[in-house]
Amino acid sequence: MIDTTEKPQFYLTEEHHPEGSTMLGFWLYLMSDCLIFAVLFATYGVLGRNYAAGPSPADLFDLTLVAINTATLLLSSITYGFAMLQMERNAKAETLFWLGITGLFGAVFIALELYEFIHLIHEGAGPSRSAFLSAFFTLVGTHGLHVTFGIVWLVTLMVQVNRHGLIPANRRRLMCLSMFWHFLDVVWIGVFSIVYLLGVLG
Amino acid sequence: MSSHAPVHEDAHEAHHGHSHGHEAGHGSLKSYMTGFVLSIILTAIPFWLVMGGVFESRAITAVFVIALGAVQMVVHMIYFLHMNTKSEGGWTMMALIFTIVIVAIALSGSFWVMHHLNTNMMPMSPEMMKNMP
Repeated sequence: MIDTTEKPQFYLTEEHHPEGSTMLGFWLYLMSDCLIFAVLFATYGVLGRNYAAGPSPADLFDLTLVAINTATLLLSSITYGFAMLQMERNAKAETLFWLGITGLFGAVFIALELYEFIHLIHEGAGPSRSAFLSAFFTLVGTHGLHVTFGIVWLVTLMVQVNRHGLIPANRRRLMCLSMFWHFLDVVWIGVFSIVYLLGVLG
Repeated sequence: MSSHAPVHEDAHEAHHGHSHGHEAGHGSLKSYMTGFVLSIILTAIPFWLVMGGVFESRAITAVFVIALGAVQMVVHMIYFLHMNTKSEGGWTMMALIFTIVIVAIALSGSFWVMHHLNTNMMPMSPEMMKNMP
């Protein structure tokens, strides 16, 4: 065995972008998540017109509710942006404030979506009614689950930031959640355009 | 080697501390607000087109809804996700382009195959449909 304790080291043994690799890895995760949503969109695209003599999107969807839902998610995106700007300024209290607002908007979004789902199931338009409704509940429900886990993650990070401050690890985590949150907003653009607007259009 | 690790770790942390200024993915208030205003406009127009019944033709409305949705996705990518060709040495853009290609193949392939399957299936009457399991 060679004794290496005395040997000086004149080079870096690791890659010289410690933070970058995490963000790239998280980006790759988001891209794989994108594939999940693409497959669910394809399923909806194929099955979305098979009503099995049941209700069609025009009978079921309330576009005013969808517009409010879209607005809350869009607002939560910009408030998360404000949180990131406050993080840049090293302002812990303001970061926590904007993260809290973001979480509230996310919670309102989930509440409205659950209200819509319960309303549909009560009307007899549950996921087992037709292929269209199965595909609808799977696609929109998967997005809703993502937002729910995003809120869990957000609350966890708020506790972390509150306890440990804006340390590099927490900054990295907040940036990952930022990408996750904005990515979910991008997916929602597809949902409201394809499922709701084109659905009601007929 | 191993005895050097803690020293290296410290250097690592120090690098962490001041490195967040020049890595990918930070917007300014201006860029966030630009993206926000653009996405409000790009959300409002398709809702208005469908809810207000602006166009007689469904096809024209559908094309507008899809096109505006696509533009809004790009706006979100640029202003909220801070996508550019340089971040991570271009690898995020490469991963995005790869994903878009895969998504395009999966979507167009599914629709193509299922459309052909639909048109080539035996026609089914409503009575037959009622008696299905």
